[in-house]
Amino acid sequence: MAQQPAHDSHEAHGSLKSYVIGFVMSLVLTAIPLIVVLNDILDGTAAKVVLLGSAILQFVVQLVYFMHLKEEGKPRYNLMVLILGLIIVLTIVAGSIWIMTYNKVA
Amino acid sequence: MLDKIKEFASEFFVTGDPLIYGADVSIGLTLIAVVTALTYFKKWTWLWRDWLTTVDHKKIGIMYVIASLLMLFRGGVDALLMRTQLAIPDAEFLSPEHYNQIFTTHGVIMILFMAMPLMFGLFNLVIPLQIGARDVAFPFLNSLSFWLFFFGAMLFNVSFVIGGSPDAGWLAYPPLSEMSHSPGVGQDFYIWGIQISGIGSLMTGINFVVTILKMRTPGMKLMKMPMFTWSVLSSSLTILLAFPILTVTLALLFIDRYFGAHFFTLDGGGNPMMYINLIWMWGHPEVYIIVLPAFGIFSEIVATFSKKRLFGYKSMVFALMSISLFSFFTWAHHFFTMGSGANVNIFFAITTMIIAIPTGVKVFNWLFTMFRGRISFKTPMLWTIGFIPCFIVGGMTGVLLSVAPADFQFHNSYFLIAHFHQVIIGGVAFGFFAGLYYWWPKVFGFKLNEKIGKWAFWTWNIGFYVCFMPQYVLGLMGMTRRVSSYGWDKGWYELNLTSTIGGFLMGIGFLFQVWQILHSIKFMEKDTTGDPWGGRTLEWSIPSPAPVYNFATLPQADEKDPWWEEKRRLAEGGAPKPQSKLEPIHMPKNSGVPFIMSAFWFVAGFGLVFDWLWMAIPGLIGVGACMLYHSFNYNTDYYIPVDEIKRTEAAARRVI
Amino acid sequence: MANSVNRAIAEPARHDEHHHEEHHDLEGLRMMGFWIFLITDCILFGTLFATYVVLSGSYAGGPAGAELFEMPGIIAETFILLTSSFTSGLAVLSMNRGDRKGLIGWLIVTVLLGAAFITLEVTEFMTLVHEGASISTSAFWSAFYTLVGTHGLHVSIGLVWMIAIMIQLGRHGINSVTRRKVNIVSLYWHFLDVVWIFVFTIVYMMGVM
Repeated sequence: MAQQPAHDSHEAHGSLKSYVIGFVMSLVLTAIPLIVVLNDILDGTAAKVVLLGSAILQFVVQLVYFMHLKEEGKPRYNLMVLILGLIIVLTIVAGSIWIMTYNKVA
Repeated sequence: MLDKIKEFASEFFVTGDPLIYGADVSIGLTLIAVVTALTYFKKWTWLWRDWLTTVDHKKIGIMYVIASLLMLFRGGVDALLMRTQLAIPDAEFLSPEHYNQIFTTHGVIMILFMAMPLMFGLFNLVIPLQIGARDVAFPFLNSLSFWLFFFGAMLFNVSFVIGGSPDAGWLAYPPLSEMSHSPGVGQDFYIWGIQISGIGSLMTGINFVVTILKMRTPGMKLMKMPMFTWSVLSSSLTILLAFPILTVTLALLFIDRYFGAHFFTLDGGGNPMMYINLIWMWGHPEVYIIVLPAFGIFSEIVATFSKKRLFGYKSMVFALMSISLFSFFTWAHHFFTMGSGANVNIFFAITTMIIAIPTGVKVFNWLFTMFRGRISFKTPMLWTIGFIPCFIVGGMTGVLLSVAPADFQFHNSYFLIAHFHQVIIGGVAFGFFAGLYYWWPKVFGFKLNEKIGKWAFWTWNIGFYVCFMPQYVLGLMGMTRRVSSYGWDKGWYELNLTSTIGGFLMGIGFLFQVWQILHSIKFMEKDTTGDPWGGRTLEWSIPSPAPVYNFATLPQADEKDPWWEEKRRLAEGGAPKPQSKLEPIHMPKNSGVPFIMSAFWFVAGFGLVFDWLWMAIPGLIGVGACMLYHSFNYNTDYYIPVDEIKRTEAAARRVI
Repeated sequence: MANSVNRAIAEPARHDEHHHEEHHDLEGLRMMGFWIFLITDCILFGTLFATYVVLSGSYAGGPAGAELFEMPGIIAETFILLTSSFTSGLAVLSMNRGDRKGLIGWLIVTVLLGAAFITLEVTEFMTLVHEGASISTSAFWSAFYTLVGTHGLHVSIGLVWMIAIMIQLGRHGINSVTRRKVNIVSLYWHFLDVVWIFVFTIVYMMGVM
């Protein structure tokens, strides 16, 4: 049981290169919002778009380079469940905001 | 000192009501009787080794079914108490406070501690057999799910005699459920009872998704799965997407009550409407979670008892899966009157109407399956046929309710009560009963008496219409839900009395079912064939009850209804499929950890209910210790040798 | 990969090889089960975020977030957790090379970084309470402590879990079971980092904007 069989396809592999790429990209994507917000380069909607955009990009970077989502064998059940989960998360957040804008209390 | 103890006891135990003293005595006597019987017959080790520590999905399924039938009894008694109170105007049978507690516990128990576990029982009893698997994907987790449900349900039920029952409705809307309005421990029992069993439900959802996606027998492609398996997949997916919302919502309510936070309070910027928004994001999918498997059961039964292949397989799959997704986009129709404005109401009215379409598709599929079939009216089929008109009426009134402007009239009236009982009793309860009758011989190895079963069906079915049809009218006449009494001048007397009579008819139906089970145990009519109904799917290809490893060798399933096709091939003189050589079977070992860990959860929950940290903290530490113990245990499986498989198969009539 | 458990049992195989494969396939099932658990955790955090956003303006006369957030500490937390996500990946790389020492070493680095994160977070919470913003101050602070605290609780559980796995690695070495456990815990750790990115963006950055 000590050696992994060769046909092993579903476990996370990755290489040092992919981890380093992921790490560097994450650092950059964390730095961008810091620079934008702390120096007041943008504000209002534009700043929000940059902030959320960097966060979502970083999410994708970690999925690909750290969690190795692309390496999943077919059928891609993990990806499907992830997409389903994200749809529901989006529904929860957007739906709550939409419904509750009409039901604010002081 | 003595005075202090007395004072404590008078707050700790629920006092003052003769009904509750009666319950105290009967609970005490039952406990003593059980303990005495177990000791006298020397059954303690048997109980521990064969049941409490089992990881066998078949036994776990049986425990789910027994627990849920007990809960059906308690929820049913609650219902009959309410109907008795409402039978005549100005009745003083129950006090308003007591009435509040009873409608709260009735709702919670029927949905979360009756429908859910009965459903999980059927998942466990059927799914691995139907897909040709030896067990579920995570047997240990499966056992843990059951015990979390069991101890959660016990924690909820204990509030009846200790501390006081919750009384803020089955969904516990704040601010009524907040500390400011419900300072007692009832709401805390509610929160922790549901929270603990909810974790179990979530894990069951994960377990069955992985089981169905990954553990099907060779050849069984997704689009060849039995329809019940599809319905369980869609229901389990909905569980794992919806239950985390419930966990969070109840946790926030607990944080409000325990730490003085302001999520849903009236002061400090809290917003009670956010709770209503959140709880229905779980609550609406929840009703589809329990009804989807019922649809799957009806599909199996209709095909079997019409001796025809299910009509419109693909449209059925599409309907099931689209319902489970769409169920997440309709939640606001539960609070059209909250004031979210026209746009929100229009959106959710339309989504609600759309979700009725796939449901309608299914009804046509069942009807077309029966069309020109050779229908045999056995009890499972009776419940199925009883379901169809009932569900159509319930569905239609649902569409009426989905019209937002009209809902301002129907909201919180008996019209609504009649609607959801019609879809939940007519859909879910009839469905699960049908499934129980259908798979009973497979699970226990003997058949249930058909004659008493027919009596049970007719009393239930007639009782249902007598009970709930008048309630639609009462709703339109202005009777609102949760009122504990009404005056003579309202003109609601006759209809309420009729409704109560119907309720008791259903109670008699339940008694028939109990009699049916006891009678069938006494005059045991053994199922020696393993296939008493002429089944179509793999569970009928093995002996009843199934051996511990289910399948000695895994069947090859290359077509839909594989067992039906196999039988047809054999009848036409074809050779049976070659069976692969017997191999030792890999099985999970029993474990006491799930039981002990869930007991620790009970202790922790009880401590948190009473704000006793000296009890809650050791309980939580116990939970953590159990997890670590299990993580460090590498001795979790064993092999059944070939000789033993041969012996078992020979004893179960099929010599290999 | 579907049915692989069953196939492993059904197909004739040399005895010990056959046992290997079975364990191996069970580990695959567990990886998938854990992934689905992470999705449910995603929804749990999604619900907390929704609550936070809805209540984010409800200060009830108490202090606002922007008045009290100390960004240097938060930025330090962010980079510490990001680095620990990277080091947990390096641990998996060492494991794939069969290097047990490297694996345990990188896990220790990850645990230390995680502990530093938790220390900073607890310090932040204590300062906030000291400055008059506790969980019962207003709906905003209730939502803040619950969201950020739930993430912190997840990280703390991850620390205990990693230590337990290190002990098991010491006892059993790298085998199919411990390999799966390391893979799972590192997946969990990356997930927590992702959640933190959104906490950082939505709670702190948008809070001080």
